[in-house]
Amino acid sequence: MVTVKYFANLKQMAGKDEDQFDIKEGTTLAQLSDLIKQSVPKIGDMVREKKVMISLNYDVVPLDTVVKDGDEIALLPPFSGGI
Amino acid sequence: MSTALESKIRIQREDFSVTDEIEFMKKSSRNIGGITIFLGTGRELNKGESISELNFEHYPQMAEKKLGEIREKGIKDFGLIDMSIIHRIGHIEIGENIVLIIACGEHRQETFKACEWAIAELKRTTPIWKRETTTKGEVWVQATP
Repeated sequence: MVTVKYFANLKQMAGKDEDQFDIKEGTTLAQLSDLIKQSVPKIGDMVREKKVMISLNYDVVPLDTVVKDGDEIALLPPFSGGI
Repeated sequence: MSTALESKIRIQREDFSVTDEIEFMKKSSRNIGGITIFLGTGRELNKGESISELNFEHYPQMAEKKLGEIREKGIKDFGLIDMSIIHRIGHIEIGENIVLIIACGEHRQETFKACEWAIAELKRTTPIWKRETTTKGEVWVQATP
């Protein structure tokens, strides 16, 4: 089981803070995007099209990264902190 | 989310006192000879649109982690004595404080450079998002220069 968190406009789009998915061993983030697409189709497409950054356990990683049970993944729209 | 003055990396809802934060940082070392601060505040206009209020959201843990990395790299790469970074989240009125960076060094040059680098790095790497409320409604702001 992995947790996928949504923030900012993605949270509004999803209508929820997070999802949880059961994964098979060796699942990549690209493959996980198919599961995300089943939950929130538009966001799954955005992940595939690299329109959002993805963090794995608080660091930004590429789509070919393998995830494992217990991982925390977050989908991150472009940042706009500061001023 | 920490609000204690003792922490040099903070993400908090409450406003901060720039004077208190500077005095706190001056206690880091008696060898501080120059302090540069960057203070970001809520402005009323963005691309011609009048903003009535701002809201900031962050990704807890990752945002604090990234601010900590900026502080450590800033101290190391620019040879600073110390650095603090504070960012507010939640509802912020026009004119209120948003973000404060304090760079302390033996001399002025490294503190000017470190402060400018740190705010750019914060905007690039730290998961914080701004939502503006304008006359046309609410909009999540995409990356700003």
